[in-house]
Amino acid sequence: MQRIGVFVCWCGSNIAATVDVKAVSEALLKEPGVVFSTDYQYMCSQAGQNMIIDAVKEHNLTGIVVCSCSPRMHEATFRKTAKAAGLNPYMVEIANIREQCSWVHKDMQTGTEKAIILGKAAVAKVNLNAPLTPGESSVTKRALVIGGGIAGIQTALDIAEAGFEVDIVEKQPTIGGKMAQLDKTFPTLDCAACILTPKMVDVAQNEKIRIFSYSEVEAVSGFVGNYDVKIKRKARYVKEDICTGCGACVDKCPMKKVPNEFNLGMDNRRAIYIPFAQAVPKVATIDPNTCNMLKNGKCGVCAKICTAGAIDYKQQDEIVQEKYGAIVVATGFNPISMEKFDEFAYNQSKDVITSLEFERLTNAAGPTQGKLLRPSDNVHPHTIVFVQCVGSRCSACAEKGKEYCSKICCMYTAKHAMLVRDKYPDTDVYVFYIDVRTPGKAFDEFQRRAVEEYGVKYVKGMVGKVSPEGNKLKVQASDLLNNKQINIDADLVVLAAAIEPDKSARPLATMLTASMDTNDFFTEAHPKLRPVESPTAGVFLSGACQGPKDIPETVSQASAAAVKVVGLLAKDKLTGNPCIASSNELMCNGCSSCERVCPYGAITYVDKEFRMPNRTTKIRRVAQVNSAVCQGCGACTVACPSGAMDLRGFTSAQIMAEVDAICK
Amino acid sequence: MTKNMNDLREELIRMSGCKPSKCMSCGKCSATCPAYSEMEYHPHQFAGMIQRGEIEPLLESESIYRCLTCFACVDRCPRDVQPAKLIEAVRLVAIREQGKNRLKADQVPGMLDNDIPQQAIVSAFRKYSK
Amino acid sequence: MNVSYFPGCTLKNKAKDLDLYARKCAEVLGVNLEEIEEWQCCGGVFTTSTDEVATKLSSVRALKEAQKKSQPLVTVCSACHNVIKQTNHAMATNEGFANKVNRYMAEDAYDGSTQVLHYLELLRDVVGFDKIKEKVVNPLKGQKIAAYYGCLLLRPNGVMKMDDPENPKIMEDFIRAIGAEPVYYAYRNECCGGYVTMESPELAKKSSNRVIECAKNGGAEKIVTACPLCRYNLMKSGSDVEIIYFTELLAEALGVKEACND
Repeated sequence: MQRIGVFVCWCGSNIAATVDVKAVSEALLKEPGVVFSTDYQYMCSQAGQNMIIDAVKEHNLTGIVVCSCSPRMHEATFRKTAKAAGLNPYMVEIANIREQCSWVHKDMQTGTEKAIILGKAAVAKVNLNAPLTPGESSVTKRALVIGGGIAGIQTALDIAEAGFEVDIVEKQPTIGGKMAQLDKTFPTLDCAACILTPKMVDVAQNEKIRIFSYSEVEAVSGFVGNYDVKIKRKARYVKEDICTGCGACVDKCPMKKVPNEFNLGMDNRRAIYIPFAQAVPKVATIDPNTCNMLKNGKCGVCAKICTAGAIDYKQQDEIVQEKYGAIVVATGFNPISMEKFDEFAYNQSKDVITSLEFERLTNAAGPTQGKLLRPSDNVHPHTIVFVQCVGSRCSACAEKGKEYCSKICCMYTAKHAMLVRDKYPDTDVYVFYIDVRTPGKAFDEFQRRAVEEYGVKYVKGMVGKVSPEGNKLKVQASDLLNNKQINIDADLVVLAAAIEPDKSARPLATMLTASMDTNDFFTEAHPKLRPVESPTAGVFLSGACQGPKDIPETVSQASAAAVKVVGLLAKDKLTGNPCIASSNELMCNGCSSCERVCPYGAITYVDKEFRMPNRTTKIRRVAQVNSAVCQGCGACTVACPSGAMDLRGFTSAQIMAEVDAICK
Repeated sequence: MTKNMNDLREELIRMSGCKPSKCMSCGKCSATCPAYSEMEYHPHQFAGMIQRGEIEPLLESESIYRCLTCFACVDRCPRDVQPAKLIEAVRLVAIREQGKNRLKADQVPGMLDNDIPQQAIVSAFRKYSK
Repeated sequence: MNVSYFPGCTLKNKAKDLDLYARKCAEVLGVNLEEIEEWQCCGGVFTTSTDEVATKLSSVRALKEAQKKSQPLVTVCSACHNVIKQTNHAMATNEGFANKVNRYMAEDAYDGSTQVLHYLELLRDVVGFDKIKEKVVNPLKGQKIAAYYGCLLLRPNGVMKMDDPENPKIMEDFIRAIGAEPVYYAYRNECCGGYVTMESPELAKKSSNRVIECAKNGGAEKIVTACPLCRYNLMKSGSDVEIIYFTELLAEALGVKEACND
């Protein structure tokens, strides 16, 4: 029989205002096994914890029930307390009488009744608790970063700086991501390439970092500290180690009309290409969809031109398998499609562009060499209309827009408007906004400068329709502050398209068993206190894959993720979770149901000899759980038809005892 | 008075099936409203004023008879507020009151010409009279 | 193919030719329009208020007749189409409303399952524009024609689902099928002024003028419409551009226009 102590926390007035803590304490003292019960204002405080330690010693307690907040909050705290008192940490159970009780009930009577029931259930469980000891596992001292934008780059550099090896997997032929496409950056207006490309070179030169460019993660297995990852290196038909990036092949490639993704289709590239001058790795890639040689065997010019002999038309996709201790997701974002926003005539006029396209139009390495010319006729635009919140804050239609604020648009639009007015004072620039949101260091000052010093015309109101007519774009909008409709004949309209997570994120989340929200952003382990960790141990989040972010915020989070990775890789051994599955071999009928549902591959079957009546033996096939691999998800216990599979710390007997306690 | 207006607000929400509280005052509805210049209160103002219970001025305003029910505001609204339906609800509250029919049968002959389609007459009756 | 047909009151009076051409062309294209017996006026506009029941009964009764014959219900007039389709949608999606309405029905309850087709959709989805192209004997070569959708065909888009409400193409495709050249212009999906023309002809004139000006700037020689009220408002604005029903153009292209006028 256990000797159980019950400790009821007031949590200030959080619990005590709707739960009669004294009544709970008194009621639970009558439960079987309970020998001591008390209540206190803040059980998690030093004084509260000491109260528990003293009680354990004084009353020879073997188990503890703390009626308090969610176990997600303080279970770990009270397990440490138990350990300090000389108990096994797994002899502690938490009855959540705050989130699941006091916060959801309004009157004291209901709240108290429920708190007592929850307490009884916890007592019933502790009565069946057994001391548990976690196992240990090793740590592969190398990290994987998925995504080579500024987030992935910063995370990789910081991990390498701490002395650990790190691999970057990037699906494009070069690292750099979205930032490489930007012209200037707010709020300081330094050129994006000038601050990004040195970092890209650092990555390339760092001995601890390997870049798998033009590659994708194909499969992930294992668990924290011990991941096995298959990486598909797509055939680029150019030997990466031989190509010098001289570009002679690109110049001579006869296939000249391939829309250039890097410039968002606003100009053309060749079938063999290097995305941009500062690409890392600076290696050519052949696009198999447009290369004549690969399509029908007719051409071969690049192979003839390449003096290094780097061209290899026979190259195949290659799968490499690597081991990692930690995985960082840095898959970034994309602007949403403007297909369904034809009130803004994006599909009807070349002169209606997205903000990212505008970045390329003003970039010296862009399709117009940085001269601001309209895409339709290469004429300098004199009236430019910027439309904010296109598809952001849109709850009308999930297929059309996103309900969240994309966060970066107010600032980059202010930047665009300011740069245009600075370089071309003869242009009239309008920004239509719903709200201007500029929280951030020196952000609001920046936006005000656009208005005050550069004469950008900010109009509060949304644009309702853009109509191409002749060589003008007729813009109809609301001017809400002056309570009027306004019409502008514009030459160029720039849409601040909402941003969304990259499409590769969803399948990746499935591979990693990492959770996502309804918008496909990765969810963090705790929105405030663990913002760079996924709830899945060993998986970390960096940059816009977790939510819309600007560059300063992305870089901060990237470095934070790196610190978390380093903290993990610095350990030689990881303490596992002792609440794992185990099979009762006498009851196992060898059906393999558990093996099929196990997401971690932790279950194997062995043939084992069992003693039978009358001194006979029989060989049976039974399940065995690899305790280093099992994560304690419990799927097998549900699948097992014979009841042989049980989860330590959450045994069927314990759970039934809790249910009985609630129902009796 | 205030209490009455709150009741009326709930009535308008129920009749229209719309949620004016979803409006974020972006003005996209009013940006392309073809009757804008003839309206004292514009589509986005209906959402805001109904939400705040300022319904009296709307009931008295000519604006409720100027809406063309073209649904441009309904389709373009990023928040699914459906201003045209709110305006229609206000108009119905106004004309359902005894003696408040906007269009009376004996006015009709004076409005007709040789070409006007029947559709216009029945539509006007449906919109202006109960 | 047999379909149920709801002509509507305007097509029996001021817009007789819209109806006449539609029937003749259907014949040529192998579609039999079976006029619903004892149909009643749709009311011209859909009353959006959820507590308006009586105003929707005539539509529901027509829909029920079509359902009994297991036929889609076809309309030519944009207004009838809009009212009937929105009513059908309400019957299918709003149970409370449907229950109220069904108390007024003579027989079995109606569940909103009838397919409602505009004549243009019949041409596009059932007959096929390619088939029409084959049947054209008198292609309208060289004619620059602007399609005027107005609001009723396209909106609310969540219910009407005929085409992209901001960049539709069904009428332009139709114009191409009969051998003419479509003119794209911004105001093709903006309102003509509708029924407000009764009270405020000025407002209607202003709206209609914008549409015509915009079409003319695009080089339009003719404007086609499916709606008698649109046609009336556009004509009232006093422009020299010809405003014509799409069925008349179809009859001309199919070579049956003269036969209709005999």
